[in-house]
This record gives sequence, structure tokens and C-alpha cells, in this order.
Amino acid sequence: MAFDSIVTTLKAKFADVTTSEFHDNRRLVVKPAQLFDVLKALRDEHDFHMLFELTAADYLKYPKATDRFGVVYGLLNIQTGERVFVKTFLNEPDLTIRSAFTLWKGADWLEREVYDMYGIVFEGHPDLRRILMPEAFTSYPLRKDYPLRGRGERHNFPVITRAES
Amino acid sequence: MALTIPDVMLARLDPLANWVRANSLWPMPFATACCGIELMATGASKHDIARFGAEVMRFSPRQCDLMIVAGRVVMKMLPVLQRIWLQMPEPKWCISMGACASSGGVFDTYAVVQGVDRFIPVDMYVPGCPPRPEQLIQSIIDLQEKIRQTGTLQGTEFGKRTEHMGPMPIHLN
Repeated sequence: MAFDSIVTTLKAKFADVTTSEFHDNRRLVVKPAQLFDVLKALRDEHDFHMLFELTAADYLKYPKATDRFGVVYGLLNIQTGERVFVKTFLNEPDLTIRSAFTLWKGADWLEREVYDMYGIVFEGHPDLRRILMPEAFTSYPLRKDYPLRGRGERHNFPVITRAES
Repeated sequence: MALTIPDVMLARLDPLANWVRANSLWPMPFATACCGIELMATGASKHDIARFGAEVMRFSPRQCDLMIVAGRVVMKMLPVLQRIWLQMPEPKWCISMGACASSGGVFDTYAVVQGVDRFIPVDMYVPGCPPRPEQLIQSIIDLQEKIRQTGTLQGTEFGKRTEHMGPMPIHLN
């Protein structure tokens, strides 16, 4: 199968690439230092030209987790319709990873969203700032230790009564 | 025989002003989400709020007297809502349309304000998710009734509402 040949090529070039598969969901787990090179190899040599997904997951409350954050990249081969997911794991305090902006321009806002919601910093990103929450927001809302209802930021505004307006 | 309209009519000023204002409420549609679709449906031909005086939906707050907050308001949008409210000239009223504008609705999360009446003075609440156009029209009729009963020519009834009537924002110590 084409995926197996891709895996053998990548394992020959990079150390520590593990793969897993479930039905048609194919994943590669790589170390953060090799992530950019693996993505570049997948794009240039194996024709995965589209980045369709860039999210993160917080495994803080997950029972069998070994690392805290997983950053997931989803790549699509436009010609054959094959998808592959590339995943790295990050731990505090070093939550920085190289930005994929130079490979795909679409990673711009996707990385801004991951930064806004999880606090993962992408080095080399041209304009890394919050995209969904207001600029003055101080927390990272989709982390598991942030409460669903927030810490009062949503109601921290001045009250206008009818007489003064 | 044709209806003869007299040349001179006598009226008291307050009820006359109330009649004029109630029957010409021009809405400012502050539609942020799904309730905005029902607001558009209420303005369309089948349920027509132009029958009740809301002839045009002006999108400039300087030209409106009724702000209809339709849809959930997030914390990023709330200063904008407050600015639009302050830009509207007197006399002005506010209808909070739908569950999200009245209380946060189903979205009890870190980003959604749990009811705009925490930060804006609201005159009429319309329940529903979304409310049917008939419910919104009923709220406009009720607001017209409120204006007829409590309105004044000079707008002095607004200056008397000095207390905040909604739920208090949580105090952060």
C-alpha cells in the first residue's frame, strides 16, 4: 500500500517515527524537533499538498496519558484523496514548536487559533496573536484546567443604567 | 359621506407624544446570531412589523429608537453593544430577543454574556430559541402599550430609572 511505502521512507530518514492505523485513519507520531522536516517531506516528496487541519488536544485529565499536549496536523493528497495525520506531543514548560507557515499559508490562522486556545507558541509565525478571544484575555480557554464558565472575564464590564444613557 | 377631519384638534401633550412614538418605533437590528434570521422574517412580508410602525430597520443607531438585541452576545461584542446603545438618541427602548440575549441561553460558557440586561437597560424580554415572529410582534405591541402608559413628552421617565435592574455582574475581589 502507498501508506506503508511512505512510512518506510520516513522511518529511513528520521528516527522515532511511529505509526498507527484504525480503519482508514492513518497517523504518524513524531518528535517535535523533527516535525517540520517530516511535514516538508510529506508535502514535497509524497504529494500531501493540502493542510486541512491543525488542532491540539490537552491530555491533562486523560487516564493513560504520558504527555500533556498533542498537536495534530491533517494533510490531504488532492490527487488521490488520501489523508494522513501527523501528531507531536509537547510538555510544559517548553510549549514551542516550529511554525508550518512557510510550508502552507493556511497554517496562519490555524496556528493562531491553537495559540489562542492552548497557549502553544509557534516560532516563525509572522503575526502570532489571539484570534477568537479578545486581545486582553489572559488565559487559554480550551485547556482542561480552565473552567467551562470562565473565571469571571465574561462579566467584567461596566454597567450602564437607563438614567445615565 | 367622506370622513371630515377637523382643522383643529385638541389633545394633551403626553398622550399625543406617546401615540406618535409608539406607532413609529424604528428598530435598530442588533442581530448577532440565529434570532437575527427570525428578526428578518418578522420584517419580511408574511409577518410584517411595518404594520406596527417599524417602517424601516435603520442600521445607523443615530436614526433609530428601538434596539432589538437578537442573538447571543459574546464578551468581545459587548463593548460594541454598549457603544451602539449610547449612540442612540433619546427616547430609546431596548428589546432583548431570544433566550441568549435575555439570559445567555444554552451557552453558559466563558465567552458568552449571560444576559445583556447585566450591562444594558432592557425594556422587554422575548423568550424563545428563536422566538416566533408572532412573539416578537407581541413584544412590540406590549412595548407600545408600555409607552402609552408610562411615556412623557420630555422623556422624564427615563431619568427616574437610576437603579440597575438586571442581575449583578460577579464581583471580582
